[in-house]
Amino acid sequence: MISVTGVSKRFGDFLALDDVSLEVPEGSLTALLGPSGSGKSTLLRIVAGLETPDAGAVVIDGNDQTGVPAQRREIGFVFQHYAAFKHMSVRENVAFGLKIRKRPKAEIAARVDELLGIVGLSGYQDRYPSQLSGGQRQRMALARALAVEPRVLLLDEPFGALDANVRADLRRWLRRLHEEVPVTTVIVTHDQEEAMEITDRIAVMHDGRIAQVGPPRELYEQPADDFVMGFLGPVSRLGRRLVRPHDLYITADPRDGALEAMITRVVHLGFEVRVEVVLSGGASLAVQITRGEAEALELRSGDIVWVAPDRPGGSELVAPRPGGAPDASVSV
Amino acid sequence: MSSERSARLGLRTIALAYLGALLFVPVGLVLYRTFQPGIAEVWASITTPAAIHAFQLTMMVTLIAVPLNTVLGVLAALVIVRGRFRGKALLDMLIDLPFAISPIVIGLSLIFVYGQTGWFGSALADAGVQIIFSWPGIALATIFVTLPFVVREVVPVLREVGTEQEQAAATLGASPWQTFGRVTLPAIRWGVAYGVVLSTARAIGEFGAVSVVSGHIAGQTETLTLLVEQRFQNFNVAGAYAASALLAVIALGTLLAMTLIKPRKEHA
Repeated sequence: MISVTGVSKRFGDFLALDDVSLEVPEGSLTALLGPSGSGKSTLLRIVAGLETPDAGAVVIDGNDQTGVPAQRREIGFVFQHYAAFKHMSVRENVAFGLKIRKRPKAEIAARVDELLGIVGLSGYQDRYPSQLSGGQRQRMALARALAVEPRVLLLDEPFGALDANVRADLRRWLRRLHEEVPVTTVIVTHDQEEAMEITDRIAVMHDGRIAQVGPPRELYEQPADDFVMGFLGPVSRLGRRLVRPHDLYITADPRDGALEAMITRVVHLGFEVRVEVVLSGGASLAVQITRGEAEALELRSGDIVWVAPDRPGGSELVAPRPGGAPDASVSV
Repeated sequence: MSSERSARLGLRTIALAYLGALLFVPVGLVLYRTFQPGIAEVWASITTPAAIHAFQLTMMVTLIAVPLNTVLGVLAALVIVRGRFRGKALLDMLIDLPFAISPIVIGLSLIFVYGQTGWFGSALADAGVQIIFSWPGIALATIFVTLPFVVREVVPVLREVGTEQEQAAATLGASPWQTFGRVTLPAIRWGVAYGVVLSTARAIGEFGAVSVVSGHIAGQTETLTLLVEQRFQNFNVAGAYAASALLAVIALGTLLAMTLIKPRKEHA
């Protein structure tokens, strides 16, 4: 378990972390999610001991680690750009931490083989990092970090430098790996999809603070503020409210609480259809409906429809904002 | 395609002609003239007591200057690349000073400091230490002129390597010394090796600064380059050629060593 209390960090005039506290439960896979400059990497590096906080404390498994150098924290760290030891073979890379700990040769060899099997690099032990693809290098880096049986595994944008396809594969693979090797893991990412797909818990960071912590679904459904809502998925602004495009409904006829809108574009995304509309006030927003619904309504651009944040026929209709046209906008 | 090829051919011819006129012909001529009187003559000429002593002195001075400048050079490069302190730019600039200053000025400045009438001269003389007109002066002059090579070769490599590998080593439990020995040093080894080769070549070939502080005492403070000059001035042209040939062979040996130690591709 990792607990961070009251950590602040300043780089010159820039306040990277502002009194941040966070608990990472034992065995969990937690994401630090936020835009660049939100402080997520700095927080991870402070947990690792690669940066020193100006204030606050870091406790791992009940031991205060605040003044302890990285080398004695028993952590595993994976860097965005792999940080592979270029002059060492894959085997030597993975064995590095064990050699430093002066483990017997036979034990090191067995452990390295086991780990290379786990990360799917058996047969690559004599290659050099320059002979591996990006995805393979990152898996090697993960094996290297796991070799020393760290108390916590810290991943700093581990898939950030990879192609979209490799990224998606490695994401799923990391999730499975975590089930096999359930070490407390923190992953820094700016990709909400990545965070939602693989983690149990997400801490959303914004301007050096933690905006909200919780399971992905809770954050998605009950965001603490507009920032969290906007960061975790596409949103449409309806009056003063932010809603998910798939929480909006379209009807051909007017009904209570619905706003008149003109369709500007119908985008087919496979099973779903994104309908882009412009309200009478001039603001545009997006509505996401199923293909079936779109076909039933025979939507075409130029059509006049009615948009409301609840199911047609449902109760508790939301009245439009008093005082004329709602100021609507879309941010996806 | 063919015009491109002929242009390339022309450029190559010009480059080779230029190198030939400036380098190959003179060096070849030295070797030719050296061996004209016969191998036995050459051998006799480079095995006189004075020549052997000159060779030994040159080697000793090189063995002092190069390791010292290698260790200090790597340290200085680390400080320049990784350090955060005031005056870093000044240090960076000062490292290049031996390149900028004429060797003869370096020699003279050493005399001003360590000579009999210099700042430390009388104190050192009282302690029974003679620096100028003795081998320590030659060593100092050589250290000074070869100072920048290792630093200048290592700094760009260190910059390019970055600090992530070192941070990774630290998170894996390596101490700062282990990190340096197992990660940093192997990462910069080609830069260090290149710097060592250049320092060695310069240490063996240095003439100006050494000439000023040596005093030219045959069999005592005469290095190989000074021996060449002395023989040449005494109209012993064949002897000068022979000693020059020895210098050229050593230089070629260092160049060969450099080519051999160049990194293999898969490790680069």
